[in-house]
Amino acid sequence: MAKKKFVLHFPEESVEKPVTYHLVKDYNLIPNILRAQIDENEGTLVMDLQGSAEQIDKGIAFLKDQGVGIQEAIQDLAINRDRCVDCGSCTGVCKPGALAIGPDDWKLDFDLDKCIFCELCINTCPTRAIKVQF
Amino acid sequence: MAVKKTYEEINEKIRRGEAVVVTAEEIIDIVNEEGVEKAAQKVDVITTGTFGPMCSTGAFINFGHSDPPIKMTKVWLNDVPAYAGLAAVDAYIGATELSETQGMAYGGAHVIEDLIAGKNVKLESEAYGSDCYPRKEIVTYINKNTLNEAYLFNPRNAYQNYAVAVNSSARMLYTYMGTLLPKLGNAMYCSASQLSPLINDPFYRTIGIGTRIFLAGAQGYVAWQGTQFNPQQARGENGVPTSPAGTLALIGNLKDMNTEFIRAATFHNYGTTMFVGVGIPIPVLDADVVEKASVGDKDIYTTIVDYSVPQRSKPNFGKISYAELRSGKIEINGKQVRTAPISSYSKARKIAAALKEWVRQGKFFLQQPVENFSLDQTFKPLEIVTEEEI
Repeated sequence: MAKKKFVLHFPEESVEKPVTYHLVKDYNLIPNILRAQIDENEGTLVMDLQGSAEQIDKGIAFLKDQGVGIQEAIQDLAINRDRCVDCGSCTGVCKPGALAIGPDDWKLDFDLDKCIFCELCINTCPTRAIKVQF
Repeated sequence: MAVKKTYEEINEKIRRGEAVVVTAEEIIDIVNEEGVEKAAQKVDVITTGTFGPMCSTGAFINFGHSDPPIKMTKVWLNDVPAYAGLAAVDAYIGATELSETQGMAYGGAHVIEDLIAGKNVKLESEAYGSDCYPRKEIVTYINKNTLNEAYLFNPRNAYQNYAVAVNSSARMLYTYMGTLLPKLGNAMYCSASQLSPLINDPFYRTIGIGTRIFLAGAQGYVAWQGTQFNPQQARGENGVPTSPAGTLALIGNLKDMNTEFIRAATFHNYGTTMFVGVGIPIPVLDADVVEKASVGDKDIYTTIVDYSVPQRSKPNFGKISYAELRSGKIEINGKQVRTAPISSYSKARKIAAALKEWVRQGKFFLQQPVENFSLDQTFKPLEIVTEEEI
């Protein structure tokens, strides 16, 4: 079993397609929606896809056929440890708890698995130490 | 017999390398295990530390005279305006002044950090010209080695406690306490609490004008009481204020500072500010000093304030201890709210430890205040009145 995180961009014409259903039914995948957002231009979905590596690839190919933009680009959040002062401000906006600080050492920890790429931390960081890494 | 020590006795121990120095965290356990009296006998100096955003920070600079000379009327450092309404080549650059070209991405705080880091900074100035000072404009480059004096003079640092900021409104707020999520989505706090200088000397017995301190990696001094000094703030039974109270005006040589202990910052949609590292040693004059300095996070309380009300007097949600805040979650009106600090506790620890080492190695001596702060003063608001009403 593999698990991969994707950011899906739905153009207006694809918003109404029940793609998640097909990922489950046709490709035997377990999608876990981490973040969903719809605005006047498009819909954005951040999800984990769990299943065999082969089925994930097929599922992604299916999504692309449906006109869904797949962003595998965000690989990580890069924290510049020379700029970071371990203040903890970013942890206040990190709802999934990917950025965490606390006992015993009060140093910032980042857990990529929990990150939903909401990017709220980027501007919240007072020393501008956090960047999205492509 | 009750312990009594003088500054001279403690400094003599430091000189001989015999002083027992502990941090304000370590003294908590020592007092728990051995009691206040024994701890006062054993320990000579308790070191504190804090590293948080402190907007009221800035630097005085003397540039030296050009040929022909100029009496600088307007000054920019890397496009950030500095105040030059002083003698010819003196200026003051404040941390929150914004760049005229980069806005909030770069401000006075960044200029100060760049100077401390040894970087070159562009100096531009305009003047009206006079017989003594004929030059009307100048563009040149400076760095900390080309300057005569460059020293931080921070009118308000090291707040004795601070409020917890929450947001009960439906929209996101961008504040000097960080990003406040709507509907009590988070609670941001800002104090080194049990390590914070003025929390460990709540009535300013040993911290006063002239106290030698650790300022951003250099040895500096308490120059004056800080602005908005408010000693009459409500206090707990242990004497620790439960809202912002005392403050300090600090001075220190920029050229000796280290960017590890001072850092420029931008609070999104608010502006620039500066993380400043401050450490203050507390001399163990008697058991009372130890008792006050051994206060721990569970006994230090602060007030939860609703920042969604843009008025001077904001509603509050009661008091909470730092032990609860540091647990990562508190309850407000029955709701579990995520907590996060905006002042760095790991840096505060590092500062208290660094100061401890300085004292132990005989590099840092204690200075008795030449004057103590008055406890009588009040903190006044600014009323909008006509000349007849005042």
